[in-house]
Amino acid sequence: MKFAVCVFPGSNCDYDTYYIIRDLLGKEVSFVDYTTKSLQGFDCVVIPGGFSFGDYLRAGVLASKTPLGNAIVDFSQKGGLVLGICNGFQILTELRLLPGALLKNQNMRFICKDVYLRAENNQLAFTKSFEKGEVIKMPIAHGEGRYYIPEEDLKKMEERGQIVLRYCDEEGNITQEANPNGSVGNIAGICNSEGNVFGLMPHPERACEDLLGYRDGIILWYSLIA
Amino acid sequence: MKVKVLILPKRGLLDPEGRAVKEMLVDEGFPVKEVKVGKVVEIELERDMDIKRMVERYLVNPLVEEYIIE
Repeated sequence: MKFAVCVFPGSNCDYDTYYIIRDLLGKEVSFVDYTTKSLQGFDCVVIPGGFSFGDYLRAGVLASKTPLGNAIVDFSQKGGLVLGICNGFQILTELRLLPGALLKNQNMRFICKDVYLRAENNQLAFTKSFEKGEVIKMPIAHGEGRYYIPEEDLKKMEERGQIVLRYCDEEGNITQEANPNGSVGNIAGICNSEGNVFGLMPHPERACEDLLGYRDGIILWYSLIA
Repeated sequence: MKVKVLILPKRGLLDPEGRAVKEMLVDEGFPVKEVKVGKVVEIELERDMDIKRMVERYLVNPLVEEYIIE
């Protein structure tokens, strides 16, 4: 399995992601920069976190208009696996590969803390090593993570199993207090209707080593190569 | 030719920035009913063109924003 890690001007989780894939998973991985026109030959493309193009205009929008943005659309339409983390999730919504939008956090602050998440869909290539309903811990670090989608579209997404992760408390209860940013339905991660494109606000690449106090993130990465 | 594109959060959507500014103005004693905070993009064109198409495709996310071209 061959991975690509996208690098836009302002990406800043690219090396962490590269490290996880190369050193923890032991898989082949390359950086691809924003001028790249084709992703042929890769099996999974990861769009890492950061502030691509300074988050100018709207988070993710300028990155979505680059040659690499077009290549990601093309790659996903051919069935390739695409994972967008944090700014990568924002880029995927701007590419219209995922529905909805990510808006400024309800409290207007940049939030950097640990959250608990409930795995709602474990049928994806990205989540198949999770138990359904499993509660996991990962850090979030974002200013624009409030997921929004109109209510009628949200219902359709729920019916199709497109809600992958929800913010919850330590016991797995979906509560308002456990919702850090005001996302509709406590949504932290979603997939497209085909299930090959997945975006999430939390950072699984920062949650893979006991030394850092986490181990749940690695389950997501292992799912991809299981 | 210069045009200004005013981009605002879509009606009905929670605008925490607008709400915070409104609360501050109300606390200061101003009779303010609603505040929306958006952005202005000023564009100087080389020649006349269909700006609406460009704005809708590149500058605005119609799911969450509305705009006025001046």
